Amino acid sequence: MNMSTGKEKSYSKSIFIHKTIRTIICIILCILSLFPFALMIINATRDSASISKGLSLIISTHFMENLSNLMKKAEGVGTPLIKAMINSGCIAVPATLLCVYFSTMTAYGLHAYRFKLNHFAWSTILAIMMIPTQVSIIGFYKMILMVGLNDSYIPLVLPAIAAPTTVFFMRQYMKTALPLSIVEASRIDGSSELHTFNRIVVPLMKPAVATQAIFVFIANWNNLYIPSILISSASKYTLPMFIQVLRSEQFRADFGVIYMGLLLTILPILVVYLFLSKYIIAGVALGGVKE
Amino acid sequence: MAGGQQRGRVHKKVNYAKYGYFFIAPFFLIFLIFQLGPLLYTVGLSFFEYYKHGFHEIGPNFVGFRNFTDVLIDTSGNWFQTDTFRALGNTMLIWLSNFVPQILLSLLLASWFTNTRVKLRGQGAYKVIIFMPNIITAASISVLFYSMFNSAGPMTVILRNAGIIAKNFDFMNDKMATRAIISFILFWMWYGNTMIILIAGILGIDPSLFEAAQVDGATGGQIFRRITLPLLKPIVLFTLVTSAVGGLQVYDIPAVFNVNQGGDGLPDFASTTITMYIKKLTLTSSNYGKASAASMMLFLVTCIISVFFFFVLADRDKKPKKNKKAKEA
Repeated sequence: MNMSTGKEKSYSKSIFIHKTIRTIICIILCILSLFPFALMIINATRDSASISKGLSLIISTHFMENLSNLMKKAEGVGTPLIKAMINSGCIAVPATLLCVYFSTMTAYGLHAYRFKLNHFAWSTILAIMMIPTQVSIIGFYKMILMVGLNDSYIPLVLPAIAAPTTVFFMRQYMKTALPLSIVEASRIDGSSELHTFNRIVVPLMKPAVATQAIFVFIANWNNLYIPSILISSASKYTLPMFIQVLRSEQFRADFGVIYMGLLLTILPILVVYLFLSKYIIAGVALGGVKE
Repeated sequence: MAGGQQRGRVHKKVNYAKYGYFFIAPFFLIFLIFQLGPLLYTVGLSFFEYYKHGFHEIGPNFVGFRNFTDVLIDTSGNWFQTDTFRALGNTMLIWLSNFVPQILLSLLLASWFTNTRVKLRGQGAYKVIIFMPNIITAASISVLFYSMFNSAGPMTVILRNAGIIAKNFDFMNDKMATRAIISFILFWMWYGNTMIILIAGILGIDPSLFEAAQVDGATGGQIFRRITLPLLKPIVLFTLVTSAVGGLQVYDIPAVFNVNQGGDGLPDFASTTITMYIKKLTLTSSNYGKASAASMMLFLVTCIISVFFFFVLADRDKKPKKNKKAKEA
């Protein structure tokens, strides 16, 4: 960029050089991003002894052996891998539905109605976004113990209704995508407010709902902190808790089994990502600050 | 919004405003029960002596600020030498060492991907691949890196054979190496996310400004420093604050990567983050009073950092204030 001679040739040459350098760096970064995944897949097919000898880029033949060993060892955890996945799903699916529906509802309330506390409510939601949830974990834990809801999924699911970041996102989206004249029109047609919301607003919000649903689902599926504090019985372990056990002493020696376990735990999300990556990335971009 | 108000006046006979309360009620109800309640309870608990001794529960007895002095001063009277501050220090160190390179690289990549003069090919693919580590369960990634870098792991073996590290070097026994790997995982997981937010921010800047600068003969570097960066301030601020809030809460990766049975970050507490320490105080030692005081320290540090960013980045001129108002309007 420091060539100011203005000669066409040197200018296009410098662009070409820049392009090449940048492409190389991007490719290196991509390899860096993909390397652990490739390693996981390849090592899941190798036996423990050869893994500890070093890296390989060739798929080996111990896939089924590692799989059956993993299944055998997973019984020692107290919950089989499949059960752990189902458990995570039992938290992530209802939490996602509640979060997305009620966040849209809250955002709609703030967007469509002019009431006294509107401004105050919005500022409060922005402020809540800044408070780390983990600061209040002791009060949360003690309270859950008091009402006897520990070791249950209810305290992991219900709080999803109050998700300030999702509300923030939904309101930003409504500003551009939800003209209030549609709401007016449905009022004139005699639709009740809740009916208008369910039948007209929610369908119009579909793109935002879809991207947020992906994020909320992934966040809940991957959540480790709160489940590891609240859940004590092994049969209720979620997937990340299962993974935590994978690292413990009983597995430490058998690398093939560890890689197989990792592969199986990331597989569902990896598949989802390959299909939805476009929307996920658009969602991140939208979730950043849009003026 | 102004239009909405006018229409509201036309339909004055039916008061729709009350429906606003109806729609936001579930959020605030759940917020009060599950977030504000516990938060206030935690604040309250931090002033009480409240712990388990064997099977006996001691307290809650009001002790004023004693939990806080316990958290601030160690038994031999030294300030800031307690486990709470060691854990806070570890957290800050891990956050800073992953965040600084993360935002620099993200900025660089974002400026490359939005550059219209040097058009990179395959941008879509780069974004998809670079973002990929972000969606994977952090616990899985920690175990993966653990299995690569433990003393018998393939990476350690390769680095040893290549003579890059000493024959008996163990990543898991070295404080700095353990912290560095944790920081690297966080960096690797999050730079794609930061990059995409920054790209969105840059794309939101009025393109005519870039064109005008190009016509005036500004170089790429000048455009980046004089136009992109200043106009990107609100988004950078957003990234900094969310990253600080997230970074100070970091749990999954250090809690799985290199820990002992009790949940302390090895070696020698060096990778214990503040949330791991709070969890340990809560579950293992059942010392609710001290855990609450440690939580308040985390809260305080988060607030200080957020306010610092707001002050440094936003207070120089009145622009961000206007932005904030625009957001709220």
